[in-house]
Amino acid sequence: MSGQPARKQAFVRELLGRSDYAIIGDIVEPGARVLDLGCGEGELLEWLAQNKGVEARGVEISGAKVQRAIARGVSVYQGDIDQGLADYPDGAFDYVILSQTLQETHRPRKVLREMLRVGRRVIVAFPNFGHWRVRLSMLVSGGAPRTKLFPYEWYESPNIHFLTVLDFEALAAVEGLVVERRYFLAGRRKVTLFPNLLAEVAVFQVSAAG
Amino acid sequence: MIVEANTVRFDSISLDSGATLAPVDVAYETYGRLNASKSNAILVLHAFSGDAHAAGISHETGKPGWWDNMIGPGKAFDTNKYFMICSNVLGGCRGTTGPGSVNPAAGCPYAMSFPVITIGDMVRVQRMLIDWFGIPRLLSVTGGSMGGMQALEWAVSFPDRVVSAIPIACTTRHSAQQIAFNEVGRQAIMADPDWNNGDYYSGKPPARGLAVARMVGHITFMSDDSMREKFGRRLRGKETFGFDFDVDFEVESYLRYRGSEFVTRFDANSYLYITKAMDYFDLTNGHGSLAAAFERTEARFLVISFSSDWLYPSYQSQEIVRALRARNCDVAYVELESNYGHDAFLVDVAEQTDLIRGFLASTVEKAP
Repeated sequence: MSGQPARKQAFVRELLGRSDYAIIGDIVEPGARVLDLGCGEGELLEWLAQNKGVEARGVEISGAKVQRAIARGVSVYQGDIDQGLADYPDGAFDYVILSQTLQETHRPRKVLREMLRVGRRVIVAFPNFGHWRVRLSMLVSGGAPRTKLFPYEWYESPNIHFLTVLDFEALAAVEGLVVERRYFLAGRRKVTLFPNLLAEVAVFQVSAAG
Repeated sequence: MIVEANTVRFDSISLDSGATLAPVDVAYETYGRLNASKSNAILVLHAFSGDAHAAGISHETGKPGWWDNMIGPGKAFDTNKYFMICSNVLGGCRGTTGPGSVNPAAGCPYAMSFPVITIGDMVRVQRMLIDWFGIPRLLSVTGGSMGGMQALEWAVSFPDRVVSAIPIACTTRHSAQQIAFNEVGRQAIMADPDWNNGDYYSGKPPARGLAVARMVGHITFMSDDSMREKFGRRLRGKETFGFDFDVDFEVESYLRYRGSEFVTRFDANSYLYITKAMDYFDLTNGHGSLAAAFERTEARFLVISFSSDWLYPSYQSQEIVRALRARNCDVAYVELESNYGHDAFLVDVAEQTDLIRGFLASTVEKAP
């Protein structure tokens, strides 16, 4: 993180309409072995395979999404992230990606550990529950927050574990992980100051210590 | 697309049982054109009661092939791109050597003197056919049910001969339930006095036993939902019960029709031999574990199961996938939603078409 305030640096481009994808697309080296958890229809994996020549694999729970991913030529397994990693041998991947899904897993800590077992590096992108709009929404309404980033009624939300930038840093510290990169985004803008207040989405790259 | 059946004769084959079979005739059909580098060949493997006529309209019978909706120009297995091969299995009764074939040493049909065969034997015969074509590596091997088992056997036995495999609605080994249904079928045949210890080729075949065996089979191919939808409790051509043992219900009529139609095209002894081969099939044999069986496998896999298939339930396909993932193989898996039970692999064409088309295209892209 350079944290340069220069205006040109302040924006990230989008990849497939998403800024976190653009960051992931930059990070992943050509020819890497990549596992994308909660890969949806496999758009990111397809892009990485075509543009970076990665060996792409995905896990996705929705059968309809898996069908579309396979139809676009991506090897995706229909299964549950909470259980689905157990079969992979240690160190099977260079990168394990979990994009906007950590907050939907039943046991995020276990998932994170499993990701670090099967992959050398883990990239996690998640919506930041500490963003000021979320805080304001809750303060003003007194109800479960609803914002652009968290648009669901509490009883319909797939998000079951809300976390903030600080929370993830704290978990990384407890788990003894090395945070190798961190990016904070508000829309397409990079956030450098007060990320826990101003970032809508955080992207972390972590690895196991040692 | 009018297609013709062909037959090729091989001198002999050594079987898993230790016996030797000589000669071996293999009936096959092909669709599409083999390219100059012989890299676009796909072997289609038929299910228990299938045959070499997988696609097109038979020159002989005028009937479409059993997977005609999946194989042809522009279809899932696009014959504008791929060279498709399908052969009748060893032990079959549709052109390939089986118990109904004449034993040249005896001058009469083998009947029960035909050696017991395995899925591995079937696949070795298919390899002889592929060698005969001069095809170094198959772009894919694919099939549903028993066809899927053969596809798995190919990937394990000849890992350097297959680039990819698409096993559909199948298993690495039969469960007690699957063996049980096969045994009911075999017992139905053998309980028919016309079976005559398998020696019926000069007289009346065990049509009643074979028909009952097929009726049981058809029950296992459907789901509770699809039977309720298709028949419910509707009566056949009557308003009230007949108070006798003629056909009352639609479902009875359907099963009787299926049973009687089957005996016109299938040999009872082939039923015995092929179901036995399925029951013996166990991919872990000689390997210790499934993951060890896939040790040398380099192929990409697309594994498909169907939600309402209780004959080959999804957990059996998931076992395949888990073993492949433990070996870090390239595997895609999806359970397709369907009401049709095991029959779905023949019926649910649209969903499978998208999957297979995309999988094959990316396999060609990735191929060395």
